[in-house]
Amino acid sequence: MTVTSRPSPGARLGRLLLAPAVATLFLWMIVPLAMTVWFSLIRYNLMQPGEHGFVGLENFHYFATDPDFWPAVAHTLQLLASVIAITVVLGTGLALLVNEPFPGRGIVRVLLISPFFVMPTVNALLWKHMMMNPVYGLLAEVWRFFGATPVDWMTDVPLLSVVVMLSWQWLPFACLVFITALQSLDREMLDAARLDGANRFQQFRHFVLPHLGRSIAVVVMIEMIFLMSVFAEIFTTTSGGPGNESTNLAFLVYKQALMNFDVGVASAGALIAVLLANVAAVFLIRLVGKNLD
Amino acid sequence: MNPRSFPWVRTVCAWTTSLLLFFPLFWLGLTAFKTEMQAIAVPPQLFFTPTLDTFAEVNARSDYVAHARNSLVSSVASTVLGLLIAAPAAYAMVFFRTPNTRGLLMWMLSTKMMPAVGALLPVYVLAQTTGLLDSLWSLVIVFTLTNLPIMVWMLYSAFKDVPREIIEASRLDGASVWAEFRHVALPLTKGGFASTGLLCLVLAWNEAFWSLNLTSVNAATLAGLIASYASPEGLFWARLSAASLMAIAPIVVFGWFSQKQLVQGMTFGAMK
Repeated sequence: MTVTSRPSPGARLGRLLLAPAVATLFLWMIVPLAMTVWFSLIRYNLMQPGEHGFVGLENFHYFATDPDFWPAVAHTLQLLASVIAITVVLGTGLALLVNEPFPGRGIVRVLLISPFFVMPTVNALLWKHMMMNPVYGLLAEVWRFFGATPVDWMTDVPLLSVVVMLSWQWLPFACLVFITALQSLDREMLDAARLDGANRFQQFRHFVLPHLGRSIAVVVMIEMIFLMSVFAEIFTTTSGGPGNESTNLAFLVYKQALMNFDVGVASAGALIAVLLANVAAVFLIRLVGKNLD
Repeated sequence: MNPRSFPWVRTVCAWTTSLLLFFPLFWLGLTAFKTEMQAIAVPPQLFFTPTLDTFAEVNARSDYVAHARNSLVSSVASTVLGLLIAAPAAYAMVFFRTPNTRGLLMWMLSTKMMPAVGALLPVYVLAQTTGLLDSLWSLVIVFTLTNLPIMVWMLYSAFKDVPREIIEASRLDGASVWAEFRHVALPLTKGGFASTGLLCLVLAWNEAFWSLNLTSVNAATLAGLIASYASPEGLFWARLSAASLMAIAPIVVFGWFSQKQLVQGMTFGAMK
């Protein structure tokens, strides 16, 4: 008798054990979704109470033809791609760096992972004011020290500023996952390769990287889940601006809902965002899903 | 080149990068002990006479203890509740596997991809109609649900590492599923449970979107406390820093002490 082929009482029990998680998540998904679908099909503006006529797909059309729409899609993807690339590359490097013993390794590890425990709102305010302020900020002082003109981060490179904050937050996470993965690296194999004359790059390319492959997939997946709908960092720092330069999809939906008070259009936008998220999810599952079994 | 024969290169690189990465936090801590004038001095001051006045001001202006208690209650309760729901599910996914298991896990993770903004209005309306607006219950429920997929995934990978032979042996001995879980699987997955709980605790403590939108006075968490120092007083850096330091210190210190346990379970099934 193998574990997987338990007879039917086991299967029933399995379903029973799964039920609470599946049921609550299903409700959590379907109830807001159903309400959002309903809102998206009617006229629903908080400034015009009482007018809830059915408008078909008008809200979707309005949201998708908003001149801010495509830039927001682009910004969402740029944000995702940059933060993931930065954290995976630097995270691998840092994990390799602290994987071997050296004086003070314990303290270094604690320092490295600290940003991960910081609230996104604090992270955003800390960077916006104390680091990136063009006059009083620390980075401005560094720029002046090298004789350069300080950058007005929030105005001149808003999206890059958000990328910096998010990378600072997520780098420790990637690093943590890679550190864990490296702990199970087969050292004897690596030593054998070294004795056979493999140089550092060859060791990395042929042993370390394949070993990290699945962890990289995991980091990409989790960061994608969280970064797809980045909100707090943008809300507290640039408010999507200047203009629409740092508006992502999540923030555009928020703008429609709570700045234009248009629940109908915001709901349509949310559904479009969900649709795009699912397209990305299908793509991702193809990419990394097979690595998770 | 053998890396072990050049430890000083590694030592210098590692210390430099980690100090650079930590520096913003260090600066935040430093600013909290400055006066408002010192906080915006040009050039920025590294050496100054520290003051505790700013902390006193923050405490006089807002009820830190109440906010901290709300953060603590909502994150601990949601973590415990989440573990209670996620553990049986993950257990079933590993030990009562069906062809649909992987699809189910992916579906669970995909529920996390929906932007929270999209669900805000419906959830707000629901909380309002059920009278749960501005109550800790709404936060506990929402945190549990948003962390559930990650919890199931992490516990799933923890249970997968339990050798199947051990489970099979206990089944042949006629152990009930509860005994099998309690005496065989649980002792072997303690590390996985610890890191799952720790990660979700951190995520719940730091959650800002739902806590800002679903609470106002009674159930406001530390994220709300920070927000109250954000917009109107953005330029009072010392006060902002003091409030921020008080908000993040508990979880950061907690993270420092638990990082070893946290690391143990961060494989997400990425290891054979």
